Amino acid sequence: MSKLAPAANAWLVSSACIVSIVIVLGFLAPWIAPYSVGGLEAKRLLEPPSSAHWMGTDGLGRDLLTRVLYGARVSMTVGLGTALIALVIGTIYGLIAGFKGGNWDHFLMRVVDIFYGLPDMLIFILLSLLFGRNIGGLLLALGLVTWVRFARIARGQVLQAKELPFVESAAALGSSRSRILLRHILPNIIAPIIVTLTFSIPSAILAESTLSFIGIGINDPYSAWGTSWGTLAQDGYRAMRSYPHVIAFPAAAIFVTILAFNTLGNALRDALDVKEK
Amino acid sequence: MWPCAFEGDIPSENDNALIKRYIYASPMIPILLKRTVHGVIVLWIVATFTFLLLRLAPGGPFDSERKLPPEVLANLEAKYHLDEPVLQQYARYLGGLARGDFGPSYKYLDRNVAEIISETLPTSALLGGLALMFTILTAFPIGLLAAYYRGSLIDRWCLFVATLGISLPNFILGALLIWLVALELGWLQAGRWDDWRSVILPTVTLGAAPAAYLSALVRSTLIETLGEDFVRTARAKGLRESVVVVKHALAHSLIPTLTVMGPLAAALLTGSFVVEYVFAIPGMGRFFITAVTDRDYPLIMGVTLVYTAILVGANFIVDVLYGYVDPRIRAH
Repeated sequence: MSKLAPAANAWLVSSACIVSIVIVLGFLAPWIAPYSVGGLEAKRLLEPPSSAHWMGTDGLGRDLLTRVLYGARVSMTVGLGTALIALVIGTIYGLIAGFKGGNWDHFLMRVVDIFYGLPDMLIFILLSLLFGRNIGGLLLALGLVTWVRFARIARGQVLQAKELPFVESAAALGSSRSRILLRHILPNIIAPIIVTLTFSIPSAILAESTLSFIGIGINDPYSAWGTSWGTLAQDGYRAMRSYPHVIAFPAAAIFVTILAFNTLGNALRDALDVKEK
Repeated sequence: MWPCAFEGDIPSENDNALIKRYIYASPMIPILLKRTVHGVIVLWIVATFTFLLLRLAPGGPFDSERKLPPEVLANLEAKYHLDEPVLQQYARYLGGLARGDFGPSYKYLDRNVAEIISETLPTSALLGGLALMFTILTAFPIGLLAAYYRGSLIDRWCLFVATLGISLPNFILGALLIWLVALELGWLQAGRWDDWRSVILPTVTLGAAPAAYLSALVRSTLIETLGEDFVRTARAKGLRESVVVVKHALAHSLIPTLTVMGPLAAALLTGSFVVEYVFAIPGMGRFFITAVTDRDYPLIMGVTLVYTAILVGANFIVDVLYGYVDPRIRAH
């Protein structure tokens, strides 16, 4: 980290700050939101931003800031949840493939290749039909789309690490296979996994908000957990000509969040010196 | 475009003979045959996977707000062979596919799935083709400029714009362009698909993120190539700078760029149904989305298979192009 140029460090710190702010705001939404999530004022429809409603109100007279804050909770749940599910499935899968080698490896990675070649969104839409269009089903569907990235990285890293002298010497000293895997190989592959993790969060957020925008995402308009930014943007899109503020704020939230995560991923990749293959 | 492994020299007679031996000794045909078989297997796996998935999915195509009388439901199921055992349905579906029959649509009673696809695919293909052209025509000049003036203000601006482009979801970009260019400024049209004025905004929306990604890739591979010995040699020989950059460096950087063409095609495909939705373009993607909301299973499967076939085809073309860009690959 110390070798980083000051500019690169600034990117790392600032993007990490924005990411943390969005996460904190999202999960603290019930405590910091100025209005209650279901509350609507029938006389204040589509009002532009004011001191009472910082982001204005939507077509049903709901406070947009409140909705955007709760939307952050949805996006963060989707992003972090997906990344965690994919991390667990993919890393274990990749470790097994890389460590077993031979025919096992060949077969396991063929499966990954087929998944990898198909468009994420397509599999995601098909899986969400199966798991249902609620936040849990979507998390599962997204996790099942994203895990292949981790499987590829983990397997590649294991194959590399297996050749390293210290792993060979551990084997020569009589360490068991599971000990080598857990104590010597796993710590060595953490850096690229962290980078993949960081990049998989924004793509999950993007996928979920896109599907919600086109109307086939989370189908739960009165969820207490919050409404997706994609759905908010869709609501605003229909009123865009006369009331651009209704789409502007959710759209900006999506963009800033994805940009911050992507920048953080790039900065981490440089800081941890992970080579892309 | 000869490989630049000859230290930047123009290939001599001897080298040409060597390359020809490479090419003719191991023709491409077996490789292409293998790729075709591979593609058919992928299509079969996707067909099976989708078939199973949609059979397992909760809720049927005829679940509507108003419950249908059981006799009507039974008649509908008999009409669409949904009362047969699953294996028999599967065999029927695959048999139909082999004859180019994608089955009936549950939603559109006057047209079957194959007809819907053949009506809407040309629109989507035009949009995708235009977006691909836009991607290539913007990414290469920008990437080249940024790499050549590495570290300069131009480079930093290009990188900045590329980062923004990668992070901007296409539905937001689309909405922004419609609002700014079509509604506020009134320069172009949105929500139609008939003349050049209505085509530009969707093309830019669909092509922007791939262009941003590709230009960053062109930049980084070119920077690497420009530092190679053979580029120095080419310069030392006194070749014109444009020849050095385009003929020697750029040609050498084409392989890494080609490798992402497959994923790029995938991005354009999935991007297309968002863009078609935002701009109300009557393409295949929009029908796919309505099919998902309607649970029109045969239409979902048909479009999924066409998407897969397009991807398999795109990867096939990329494989052939590899051989042209780098004849050494044909030898393996």
